[in-house]
Amino acid sequence: MFKSLAPPDYLATIDTDKCIRCKRCIQNCGWSVYSWGGDRVLIDTMKCVKCLRCYHYCPVEAIQILDNPVKFKPNAYWSYNNIRNIKKQAETGGMPLTGMGSDLPYPILFDRLLLDACQVTNPSIDPLREPMELRTYLGKKPSKVEVERGEDGELRLKTKMPPQIRLEAPFIFSPMSFGSISLNAQKVLAMAAKECGIIMNTGEGGLHEDLLSYRDHIMVQVASGRFGVNPEYLNAGVAVEIKIGQGAKPGIGGHLPGEKIPLEVAKTRMIPVGTDALSPAPQHDIYSIEDLRQLIYAIKESTNYKPVSVKIATVHNVAAIASGIVRAGADIVYLDGFRGGTGAAPTIIRDHLGIPIEHAVAAVDDRLRQEGIRNEASIVAAGGIRSSADAAKAIALGADAVAIGTAALITMGCTVCGKCYTGNCSWGITTQRPELTARLDPEVYAERLVNLIHAWAHELREILGALGINAVESLRGSRERLRGVGLDDQTLDILGVKPAGR
Amino acid sequence: MNHNFQKDIAGCGLTGIISRKKRRLDGSLIKNSLCLMRDRGNGLGAGYAAYGIYPDFEDFYAFHVMYDDRTSRMEMEEHLKDSYDVEKIEEIPTFPVKSIVISPLLVRYFVKPKKGRLVGGISEDDFVVKTVMKVNSEIEGAYVFSSGKNMGVFKGVGNPKEIAEFYRIEEYEGYIWTGHTRFPTNTPGWWGGAHPFTLLDWSIVHNGEISSYGINKRYLEMYGYKLTLLTDTEVAAYLLDLLVRKHGLDIKTACTALAAPFWKDVDRMEDGRREVLTALRLTYASALLNGPFSLLFGHSKGLVGINDRIKLRPLVAATKDDLVYMASEESAIREICSAPDSVWAPRAGEPVVVEVSEE
Repeated sequence: MFKSLAPPDYLATIDTDKCIRCKRCIQNCGWSVYSWGGDRVLIDTMKCVKCLRCYHYCPVEAIQILDNPVKFKPNAYWSYNNIRNIKKQAETGGMPLTGMGSDLPYPILFDRLLLDACQVTNPSIDPLREPMELRTYLGKKPSKVEVERGEDGELRLKTKMPPQIRLEAPFIFSPMSFGSISLNAQKVLAMAAKECGIIMNTGEGGLHEDLLSYRDHIMVQVASGRFGVNPEYLNAGVAVEIKIGQGAKPGIGGHLPGEKIPLEVAKTRMIPVGTDALSPAPQHDIYSIEDLRQLIYAIKESTNYKPVSVKIATVHNVAAIASGIVRAGADIVYLDGFRGGTGAAPTIIRDHLGIPIEHAVAAVDDRLRQEGIRNEASIVAAGGIRSSADAAKAIALGADAVAIGTAALITMGCTVCGKCYTGNCSWGITTQRPELTARLDPEVYAERLVNLIHAWAHELREILGALGINAVESLRGSRERLRGVGLDDQTLDILGVKPAGR
Repeated sequence: MNHNFQKDIAGCGLTGIISRKKRRLDGSLIKNSLCLMRDRGNGLGAGYAAYGIYPDFEDFYAFHVMYDDRTSRMEMEEHLKDSYDVEKIEEIPTFPVKSIVISPLLVRYFVKPKKGRLVGGISEDDFVVKTVMKVNSEIEGAYVFSSGKNMGVFKGVGNPKEIAEFYRIEEYEGYIWTGHTRFPTNTPGWWGGAHPFTLLDWSIVHNGEISSYGINKRYLEMYGYKLTLLTDTEVAAYLLDLLVRKHGLDIKTACTALAAPFWKDVDRMEDGRREVLTALRLTYASALLNGPFSLLFGHSKGLVGINDRIKLRPLVAATKDDLVYMASEESAIREICSAPDSVWAPRAGEPVVVEVSEE
């Protein structure tokens, strides 16, 4: 066969002196890098993606996955990836695909923002000794509350409150469908969501019956493919999300290859086994904002008015679009920044379309306030939340909660290798191959994910304590507690943040 | 640029007295109480609010205005005469005090909005609020620092004793008094920056720093308030105005929204109460005053004292006959009432609401 002229990215190496020929690497690699050569392990390093599964399961640490030192001649303009992709495209005529969020070195605004802390004039609060509240409610809020005092002196509520989703911390799990990830991975999300008092999201792959017992912690999604959508599905969770777009691939649809559609996925999606599951780029019943309104209300009617979230990719005009979505009746606007992850997207789309979540949250929160409708919907910020600090900064910019996708997968073993679209995930996450998915024990990994959420919640409480506030809503939209470092005037203006030192 | 502001930070002492029988007390009591708390101020601001001091003009809005110069006064008066029937104009009587070398021009007006100007069903109160917002943000050098009926605020740069002497506080008689001494940490004193801060007949004196100022400000801006002073106190005043006057909550309920009880306590309440408190918390999340504060706010019918949710600033209350006292320190109360009937420290977030009896 013609040898690719795109050099391998990684060199999988085995120290033959250390190797005890246990063959675990062969067994563990989902990409068939290793095979048995009779007396030693053979290596096809072209297939290696550096997911490090073999490294972790080698009992004698004989394996090393090195970055290939052989590169094209360095060129500040023609990057290694430019040249390699051209060679690949010349060989295949296709679009290079990728998984996870963009890894290009665009400026990261989260890393240019610093949070405040209290000294002297206002005291910080010790979260180990004082209550520190992270509870968050997602949903439409009235602009005012009417109460009346009864003859017994007790207050009674006269305002009918719109439905809310209660979260014990301002985190939710990002939508990841059964099909793009394994059922075991979805179970990890569901179990952790229940344990942490937050919610997971089915993505557009329908709801597997094994998850029904977690329904109080599940938001179901309706996307352009309408996979798995029926009246029971719409009513199965606490809310319904209409997915318009995804940060990693704004404006384009989805394509789950037939290899990732075995019987269980097919049943859940209500499609034949082995067929490609194609999600069209737009929803073909939504060609305008008024169409969106009709779908929002159709869903509300069929769910006895559960909250409806609308998920969009953050594109240039995001503020106006979000305002339209709120006016169309959405209870939640889910903003997915361009760094957001994906199971599969054309690299060129992922890396070059959309805007960062930091700008988007600020612009949307501003616009909704200018129009006096900020209370009409909650804002969820997603797309590259790497830590509790990112979460705190997103909340200070105006988000009600943040969504966590990649970080949740990392707790399951993911190393952000970006090969989710191959269906060969050696960690059993983004694959449907039974021998691989069996590796992901939901109970074991749910505990790790719960640990992460608890850890981030702890950190968030410490941050609030340092800020001298004891409720997360006092941070929400409080941009006065942020300062920019090394940001230009216009960016500061867009973010509504002062430069450090002011 | 909306976000590019410098907020005013200050530590403080405060005190207040109310006669539930609407007995009018002269200003010496409040002055003596306030003057005791020397360590709580640094001489860069003090002020007093008094209710019931203008019985002859009780149907008129009493505007107290400070001017930097005569031009701003002319501009203001032109604007005022255009929209209001002006009953009386006079310079606020002052007494020369050695340490107060420069003071703004201080004038008071007793006015009523002209009937013809109340178009579109706007209430007199709303009209007055609009005027105050407009003057304070648009007329350079003019600042309305008191705008209620039968009440007035007297404040400036100086210590409590100097300000009391300057404004001849002891000559006024009121049934509610509040006083404030200030310890600004980052700004040179400005006469308008002293407390009490007022809007209509609301007056607020405040000790603390609202750590949630940023979001409180943005929340208020959504409802058309212009925050020109950049002080925490201003935020508290406008929030009360929004919740009580515009949204119709009673004062106690409004306090519950501003210093909300913790979820752990709300979760244990019986259904009806939990439902109300949850609705308030959700709706007024951005109005939650978070961070250390104790504040007193007076209005024509009463006086309210409240602390933040975990009582990070002091507040003591006491009663004696028909009088209720509230102050940063018990000593400030005992200075003017040596044997109170009862003295207590109000719990965090629980307002002390005192109302005058209407006879």
